[in-house]
This record gives sequence, C-alpha cells and structure tokens, in this order.
Amino acid sequence: MKARRLLAVMVKELRQMRRDRITLAMIVGIPVMQLVLFGYAINLNLRGLSAGIADQANTSASRALVMDMVATGVIDPVVPATSPQALMDALRRGRISVGVVIPPDFEARRFDGREAVQVLVDGSDTVVQGAALQLAQLPLDTTPTANTRPLGLGRGQVGVVSFYNPERRSPVNIVPGLIGVILTMTMVLFTAVAIVRERERGNMELLIATPVTSAELMVGKVAPYVAIGLVQTSVVLALGTWLFRVPVAGSLLEVYVAAMLLILANLTLGLLISTRARSQFQAMQMTFFVFLPSILLSGFMFPFAGMPRAVQWIAELLPLTHFLRLVRGIMLRGAGLADMWPDVLALLAFTAVMMAAAILRFRKRLD
Amino acid sequence: MAAPADPVAIRARGLTKRFGALVAVDDIDLTVPRASVYGFLGPNGSGKSTTIRMLCGLLTPTAGDIEVLGLRIPQQAEALRSRIGYMTQKFSLFEDLSVRENLEFLAAVQDIPAAAARRRIDGLLAEYRFEDRQKQLAGTLSGGQKQRLALAGAVIHSPELLFLDEPTSAVDPESRRDFWEKLFDLADAGTTLLVSTHYMDEAERCHRIAILDRGVLVADGTPDELTGALAGRCLLVHAGQPRRARQRLVALPGVLSVAQIGNVLRVLTDGAPDAVARVRDALREAGLVAEATPGEPNLEDVFVSATRGRGPREAAA
Repeated sequence: MKARRLLAVMVKELRQMRRDRITLAMIVGIPVMQLVLFGYAINLNLRGLSAGIADQANTSASRALVMDMVATGVIDPVVPATSPQALMDALRRGRISVGVVIPPDFEARRFDGREAVQVLVDGSDTVVQGAALQLAQLPLDTTPTANTRPLGLGRGQVGVVSFYNPERRSPVNIVPGLIGVILTMTMVLFTAVAIVRERERGNMELLIATPVTSAELMVGKVAPYVAIGLVQTSVVLALGTWLFRVPVAGSLLEVYVAAMLLILANLTLGLLISTRARSQFQAMQMTFFVFLPSILLSGFMFPFAGMPRAVQWIAELLPLTHFLRLVRGIMLRGAGLADMWPDVLALLAFTAVMMAAAILRFRKRLD
Repeated sequence: MAAPADPVAIRARGLTKRFGALVAVDDIDLTVPRASVYGFLGPNGSGKSTTIRMLCGLLTPTAGDIEVLGLRIPQQAEALRSRIGYMTQKFSLFEDLSVRENLEFLAAVQDIPAAAARRRIDGLLAEYRFEDRQKQLAGTLSGGQKQRLALAGAVIHSPELLFLDEPTSAVDPESRRDFWEKLFDLADAGTTLLVSTHYMDEAERCHRIAILDRGVLVADGTPDELTGALAGRCLLVHAGQPRRARQRLVALPGVLSVAQIGNVLRVLTDGAPDAVARVRDALREAGLVAEATPGEPNLEDVFVSATRGRGPREAAA
C-alpha cells in the first residue's frame, strides 16, 4: 500500500463528499432529527393515555382513588362514562386505551379484600398494557387494614426502584443508544453505496485499469468517514447534554473510543455490502436488512435479557449490541472499557473480518 | 523509455470470450505493431469492447493467449497497468470533481511524484486547452471537452500503449477531427494506439485496421490493402430512376450491396468475372436508362464484403 495513492483516494472522497449536498445534510441532519424524535416524540414511558372512568360507587374513597390515578399522569380521562358497557364500547372504537370501572359495591369489596376496581386495557399495544398494569397496582395495594389512612396512596406507591435513571426519563436511556443507532444507519449506508456508485457511474472501469490496489481503494474510501462518524457522535452528545441533560458518568474519551470502534465496524460492513450489491438501490436494501435487526435486537428498543436464546445469538453478531453495552456502561454507570473488554474485542474482530472480506471480494476485474 | 526491441506491442492468439451461451469474441488472432494507430472497426455488439477489455486485463479470456508489451495477460495485468492508458467508451472520470482535481487524482494514482505531477498537469491543461476551465466540474463539460479531458487523463503517465474504446461516439465532427490530430501527435511520439470505432472515416485514418463482425475477425490489414483487394468490384450507376434501379439490383445474384449516394448508386459485386456484365444486363432488361462506370472501393465496401459473405445477421446481442 502506497501512502501517496491512499491519500489520493481519501482526498478524492472528501472532495466528492463536499459537493454532495444530500450526504452533507445527512451528516448533521440525521443525528438532530433522530435525537428530537426519540427524545421528545417517542417516549416509552407512556403518559396521558386516553381513558374513561366509570365511578359507579361515587363515595369519597372512590373519588380519592380516581384523583390519585389521574394525578399519576399515566391516564387522561377523556370520556365521561357511567357503565362498564359504555367503557367497553369506547375501547372497541379506539376512543380510549384504558377504562377504569369502580363498581357500586366498591366500599364493601374493599373491606372484604376482594377485587374492588377493574382496569380495562386495550391489549393490542403491549406498552399500553404495561402502563395499565402499573396503574392496576394502585387499588391492589390498598389492604383493608391500611384504611385508617383513607386511601392516601401517594404517587410513588409502586415498589419499583429504578437504578441509573430514577426519574424514569426516557432520553437518559435513549441518547447513548441513539449514538449507536445513528452511526449504524449512516455509516453503513455511506460506504455501502461507495463502491457500487462508482460502478454505476462507470468510474470503476477507469479505476481498475490504474495501478491503484484493492486495499488502497478500500481503506482510502473508509478513512474519511471515520471523521464524519466522530462529528455525528459529537452532535448527539452535545444535543443530548443540552436538551435532555444526559449525564456522562464515565470518561468522555472512552465514549469516543467506543464510537470509533462502532464506526469502523459499520464502515467495513458497508464496504462488504458495496462489493456485493449490483446497484445503489440494492445496496440500500441490504443496508436496511442489517439496520432493522440492529434496532430491534440490539437492546436499543427492547431489553436484551427478554429475548429467546437463539435471538440473543443473532444479536451478538450485530455491532450495535456490543456498542450499546459499552456506551451505556460508560455514560450511565461510569464503567470503563477495560471492564467490558469482551465487547471491545467483539467489535475489533467484526471490523477485521469485514475489512478482510471486502478486500478479498473486490476484484480488479470486470468479470 | 528504452528503445523497444520487440516491434510488436500486442499479440493475441485464439482469443475467445463467452458470456454464457453467447460467444462475444470468437478465436481472434491479432498483431499490433508499435508506434502505430490500429483501428478496430465493427458495428455495436461486434466484440470490440470485450476484446479491448481482455487485452488490458480487465476481463479474463475464456481461451487464448495474450501478450501485451511483453507481458502475459491476464497473469501479469498489474504490471501492465502503469504502462497503458485506457479511455473507456462511457466517460469515466469523476463528474463531481473539477478538471484539475480529476487529473491530480489520476497523477497520484499513477505514482507520479507531486512536483512532476504538477508540471505534467499544467502541461496537459495547456495542450488540451483547459487552462481557463481548471476549476470547472467535469460533469458540466461539453461532450467534446469531456473526450479531451478523458484523453488527457489516459495519457497523464505517458503510457507506451493507449486503448481507446469508441472515443468519439458522442462528439461533433469538428471535435472528432481535433481529437484525431491529438491521436496522431501521440503516435508520432512513439505511443501505440488501439482505437475502436464504427465510423468508416475514422477507420480510414488508421495505419492498420481489423474488422470485427459478431465476434469474428473478418479482415485485417492496412486500409489500402483492404480496399485494393476489392479492385474492380465497385460500380457507380448513374440512373434516371435510382430507386427503381436499386430495387432491381438488390435482388440480383452476385450483388452484395447497393447504396444510394445522391443520385448515384454504389454497387458492390461479389467479384465474379461476369458480375459487372450482369448488372448492365439487368438494368437494360428492366428498361432503365442507366450508365455503369467502375468506382474506387472504400472501407465501407470492405466492411460490407467482409460481413455479407457470412450469411444473414441473426439477432445476436
């Protein structure tokens, strides 16, 4: 590999990138858009579920219970109802997600320890279901003996202790992972189209007729994007701190090292895709094929521990899974890279395998 | 560059390329002498591009031996890369780089030291008249300018051998003439050029030409040799009703082709001794007032006679 040729490929890539407005916009636009989307719009701790409450008892205790429920903010009573039937209708028509029924014999049931309140849930969304189950713990906690204090159920009545994110704010959990998601999406895509684009535009026939080697071409194409990836990491970190007060408990430098490991893994994966794809469109399809499992299986959206063993194995193959462990460890728990060396090693191995495969697969031939 | 001992730049024996069932290039033998302009003449799909790609090591032949500048191809293709220039049929420089940036990239990739590269690029920009367009993006150049830039890029490392695949197919006549002047300058300086084309007038300019038809080499020689072989087979027919005369003659056995040029019909016969007499008889029998005089055969006649003898053209890709 000759430095002059390698540099020439890198300079060419940077010059082309500078003139590609869409790519330039993607570099900053995607992190900002995703951060705002995930930070504000997509909130996995549901609040303000539309609800209907049928208080058929209408005693002071039942009214206090209703007020407590509404005060949690989880439900937002939008439908006044008087009967369970009316609630079920509203539920079926999708006007409410949660219905609360307090029967006429609420007081008697309460003292007998029987089920005193019924929560009707739209079970078609598991997240809503989970939120409603939480709500259901309100009346169940009221044992008859506790009645000396008439249903004085505080907001923190449920025995859930949340470590590392006591305020249960989604952004704290999401922002570190979002660095990984954004890098996975943009880095793979950038290099996935890198080679196939030159093939489509006819540049490849010129390139392979010159003395430039496969390795020079591959490394030279990847290197400029490492810097782009680090810029994106900085954008997410800065916005995350500024907009959502996301803390960095561990070393900032290690966050960048972890990001760098993921960037390299994704760039080399993209390169391998690019040597295989026949068109830019096909490269994008293949990118999506990797991106979707990454989002769903890496532990970004759903807890890794809850997945079946076989799915976990697949997830272990995805760079994002390892990066999420690293970055959450560093940013939220204050852990160091050395504590999580298996994940560091996994990312390095992934990069080495992908790069070698890309260089081997790329032939300076047209057939 | 030391004086080449071998007077031959390219040797190919039994060169064959199959793509599945399609035989794109069929058992071709070629010898290209150094410091000459060698033309590949043939219609689209005749195997010109495939042959050029095999000769510069971009495609692996299905069968046959190739020796280019003393190197065995495709085995020694990497060593050949810095000694040849290749101008692709489609413009293959980077449209989103400027004129100068494209040349800078190619110079670096060809391992020309930075200072020498700068001098070479300045020289090329002047020679190819790009001095005032250095910063213009290649994608915004006109067709003729793109061809000139592609040629400048292909010769940046002063290659011994230059492959040009239909270099002027998208260029106006004046740019074409201009472009060919550049090619002769290069040949004069000792470069060997292999140019494919489907323009007869361009083929006529070459020192030697090879005619390809459906993957088969059907003629090979200097333009004079090839046209000389057709002496006496070309007739110019001046007829009062050229369309009717043509209809009559096309159907006549022994007539390979009849092309109308203005009011004159150019008739190419198969060379049978009585062919000329038969043309005159046929015209008289049809009651047409016509005068047939011997014509000077040209390369188009060479092309027609070389390809018509091979049966009907089937629908090959």
